[in-house]
Amino acid sequence: MRMPLSALIGLVLTGTFLFIAIFAQWIAPYPLDDSSGGQWEGFSAAHWLGTDTIGRDILSRLIYGAQVTIFVALASSLLAFALGAFFGFLAAVKGGWIDQLLSRLVDLMMAIPSLIVALVMLSVLPLNLTVLILVMGILDSTRVFRLSRAVAVDIAVMDYVEAARLRGEKGGWIIFREILPNALSPLVAEFGLRFIFAVLFISTLSFLGLGIQPPLADWGGMVKENKDGLIYGKSAALLPAAAIAALAISVNLVADWILTRTSSLKGGRGG
Amino acid sequence: MADPLLQIKGLVIEATSYPPGEPPKTVTLVHGVDLTLERGRVLGLIGESGAGKSTIGLSAMAYGRGGVRLTGGTIHLNGREIRLADARSLRRLRGREVTYVSQSAAASFNPAKQIMEQVIETCLSHGLCSKAEAEARARGLFRKLGLPNPDTIGNRYPHQVSGGQLQRCMTAMALCPKPDLVIFDEPTTALDVTTQIDVLAAIKEAIRDTGVAALYITHDLAVVAQVADEIMVLRHGRMVELGETGQIIHRPVQDYTKALVSVRGLDHAEKPPAPPVLQVQNVTARYRGTNFDVLKNVSIDLPAGQTLAVVGESGSGKSTLARAITGLLPPSQGRITFAGRELSADLAGRTKDDLREIQMIYQMADTAMNPRQTVGTIIGRPLEFYFGLKGAERDRRVQELLDQIEMGKGFADRYPAELSGGQKQRVCIARALAAKPKLIICDEVTSALDPLVADGILKLLLALQAQEHVAYLFITHDLATVKAISDKIAVMFKGAVVRYGQKSDVLTPPFDDYTDLLLSSVPEMELGWLEQVIAHRKMESAGN
Repeated sequence: MRMPLSALIGLVLTGTFLFIAIFAQWIAPYPLDDSSGGQWEGFSAAHWLGTDTIGRDILSRLIYGAQVTIFVALASSLLAFALGAFFGFLAAVKGGWIDQLLSRLVDLMMAIPSLIVALVMLSVLPLNLTVLILVMGILDSTRVFRLSRAVAVDIAVMDYVEAARLRGEKGGWIIFREILPNALSPLVAEFGLRFIFAVLFISTLSFLGLGIQPPLADWGGMVKENKDGLIYGKSAALLPAAAIAALAISVNLVADWILTRTSSLKGGRGG
Repeated sequence: MADPLLQIKGLVIEATSYPPGEPPKTVTLVHGVDLTLERGRVLGLIGESGAGKSTIGLSAMAYGRGGVRLTGGTIHLNGREIRLADARSLRRLRGREVTYVSQSAAASFNPAKQIMEQVIETCLSHGLCSKAEAEARARGLFRKLGLPNPDTIGNRYPHQVSGGQLQRCMTAMALCPKPDLVIFDEPTTALDVTTQIDVLAAIKEAIRDTGVAALYITHDLAVVAQVADEIMVLRHGRMVELGETGQIIHRPVQDYTKALVSVRGLDHAEKPPAPPVLQVQNVTARYRGTNFDVLKNVSIDLPAGQTLAVVGESGSGKSTLARAITGLLPPSQGRITFAGRELSADLAGRTKDDLREIQMIYQMADTAMNPRQTVGTIIGRPLEFYFGLKGAERDRRVQELLDQIEMGKGFADRYPAELSGGQKQRVCIARALAAKPKLIICDEVTSALDPLVADGILKLLLALQAQEHVAYLFITHDLATVKAISDKIAVMFKGAVVRYGQKSDVLTPPFDDYTDLLLSSVPEMELGWLEQVIAHRKMESAGN
């Protein structure tokens, strides 16, 4: 199957973002908190994308911001998937009161807007990256739980799972060897989407001042720092916003492609 | 001489397949088939799955199912070429000159509309007659097809009538516009054998009375022999043999046809009674949240190394019995003794040896194997799990088992999707054997397979029984299979065992009413069998 152009663009952009995030220290032209420029300078040879509210190079901060934003989003999505998928499969395989308990707990968590829960939790807990990742991961795991449980319920009624049960296999084998390999493709596609939500969520938190704390750079925080410049016609706040949008779109394109390739509904006939 | 009603010449049908990870490719389903059907005649199309019989049948109304293209040849209906006809003229033709009866009436009726509305829909949309006329015509057909309360049954919704009745309603729907040709696509395959005979008789009578021509598609030669004037045998999209019905079933010319005709000839000498390995005593069971027993006081014995066939219609409780024995559905009463020890009712309470010694083979080999595991893993896992075999030793044993199921080398690395239907079922047999069981429960293991493939599986099972001295609890609705494989038989009806004993005793009269009905309903490969049975039943009911 030929790769569609949109997927190719998505892959190249996502790859570029990842590369920048990993090698930020070597790529960025200025150190993180070097405020040698003037306030809100325009584009110039010294500062390609201008400077921010206290004269730091915006390009460098975008590059460092990519590292922090992508790291936190990735870590919290991974945590969300580890938790959500495990408990989702468990609920589907065990059924009965375990399923009821987990499902109602998740319903309860989803009934409250996650932004509000996050704000409350982050106001109470000490603000550092670990806490941030834990809070976001746990909140996001509810959605992964729903998906994994739905997928696994379909698989758990297959005869091969019953055959494994009759053989006397324990829960671990059934979850990791019988169900997981068959549930992987919808989960991988979902991972891309959840990662994007994590990026948006972390940016929102930072914009509200409860996410990543200065002097660390992150895109949401950069929008917040520079938003006053908009009144004076300075573009500094738009650049991190554009970066968020670009990352979201490129990962989405990749996730879409994976979903099309792996789902039997869309991948096969008439494609 | 006038033109035949339907004349197909050199028909070629293609489709595009999308193998995962490879470029799409074109496959040819039908390679130049010729077919002629005169008015008022019935032609049976018979073949295994993939023979192209449904595809050819549908081409008689110039229709190809999703992605299927009629790419070559000519199709003349009533003297007009229709293969290349435009959509508008096809729409005029379908439902007026040609109609279609599908396998699953339950899936074809709209559950939200009354039956009458759907039966007369075609008449009205083609403007063939007024609504009152169409309804009168439909009621006449309901009567002719032997439906109860023909005047009011049309007011019911599809879920309010039985499966066999709904199939007859669908036949009425097809006949209502007075078409020239009806395509019957496996109309009785999804029905129980005792229901099938009534529907078959109704269809045959309706065809005769209305003088309509028909293409009758089925995989069951004995069924088609009852209704068709001529039979065309198909294989891999090519015609194998065409002839009058009598000639095909009594004097087949081609080897393939001979094999199809003789497929039910398998016979098995009954073994003498012996001490049982499995004893089911007074078992009663119900599903959680329901208030009726699906198993009622069932008692059966199964001697070691022998086969007990459990026969019955769908819903008779045969599969539930298997679930009770395996521990998936703990019985509410009764006890199950296996190899001298009483089994825990619940799966969780059974020892590893209990689990190992009772193995199960499923009807659908497709869903019984994890699509993401190789054949080597599927067969190797029980070896690892029960006997702790690892590495080279395990691989050697896997190969031994593959040899035992006559599959040989090179299969251990394949995935289930790379196997044929028969091979899949063989791998499931090997997985069961790997545990060295004393009892294998076979749940309709041949029902999803083509007759010749099923025959091979039954022969394999018999050979393995002789080698391994394993007992089979063989669940089936097919009496030919029962005769072929069993030593003992239990006939089940509505959750209870109504007849039970050695094979020769169960199959020898005098019968109880239900066993009589069941045995006499199995189609036999004889001309006029259907009429004999119906006449016999009428006589008996008149006598009562």
